[in-house]
Amino acid sequence: MINEESEPLNLKKLQSGDTEELTKMVQQYSDPIYRVALRMLNDQAEAEDVLQETFIKALRSLENFEGRSNLSTWLYRIAVNESLMVIRKRKPEISIKQDDAGDEENEGISVSQIVDWCCLPESEFLTNETRGVLADAIQKLPENLRTVFILRDIEGLSIIETAQALELTETNVKTRLLRARMKLREELSVYFGERLTEY
Amino acid sequence: MEKHLHCKEFVDTISSYVDGELSEELCAELDKHLSECDNCRIVVNTLKKTIDIYHQQAEREKVPDDVKERLFYRLNIEQFRK
Repeated sequence: MINEESEPLNLKKLQSGDTEELTKMVQQYSDPIYRVALRMLNDQAEAEDVLQETFIKALRSLENFEGRSNLSTWLYRIAVNESLMVIRKRKPEISIKQDDAGDEENEGISVSQIVDWCCLPESEFLTNETRGVLADAIQKLPENLRTVFILRDIEGLSIIETAQALELTETNVKTRLLRARMKLREELSVYFGERLTEY
Repeated sequence: MEKHLHCKEFVDTISSYVDGELSEELCAELDKHLSECDNCRIVVNTLKKTIDIYHQQAEREKVPDDVKERLFYRLNIEQFRK
């Protein structure tokens, strides 16, 4: 999520290499780019590499940026692609994990966990153990679902912005989002369902 | 969930429902279903909570200072001055 109170950036200044404006851009977008990389990779060192590579690529190609999408959407796209490259390098023999179901249908969405864990105390959702569970659950998602969930639900992009960042149709974003959300809900329901028995 | 005729239909639209993107008419129909179906109500509440927890956790997360320091060192922004 971009800090909405941040000053808007001047694209002309950025493209002319104005160091103050470039610094402002890096300051403004480093948190969200780092978060995206960390969620994609679940590894701090790799996330740091992606953060650096994203801005290096952006600074090198800023003059070719035509402004057809927002600057933020463009940066997110670079960060996601860099993260996917890291995943490919980890296990080059295994192709990127994709959700097998098509983008146009919602078949196979599992709803097996019917436990109302919303009533747990808020402190339960803030523990280190919960952080680990959330990170593990998101890593279990196929990459094509993970990217959509990270941009839309964690970073708060709109459906249109998510579609632009990932070069997908809005319909595909919605389908993937539904699948990602439902898979995570199932995972968290198992964990929090067990926590519920302790109260 | 199977005992309710509209449960499958509800799951297909649940994402758009929590995002408030459905037509007023469809939304009213699903609200009615939710008022009658405990299971779907639990699914929608836990789905909203799932999204909420992830979003809230990320809100507090910033790039660590040493990581940011190394970022600016590596970028050496001066070199991009035209």
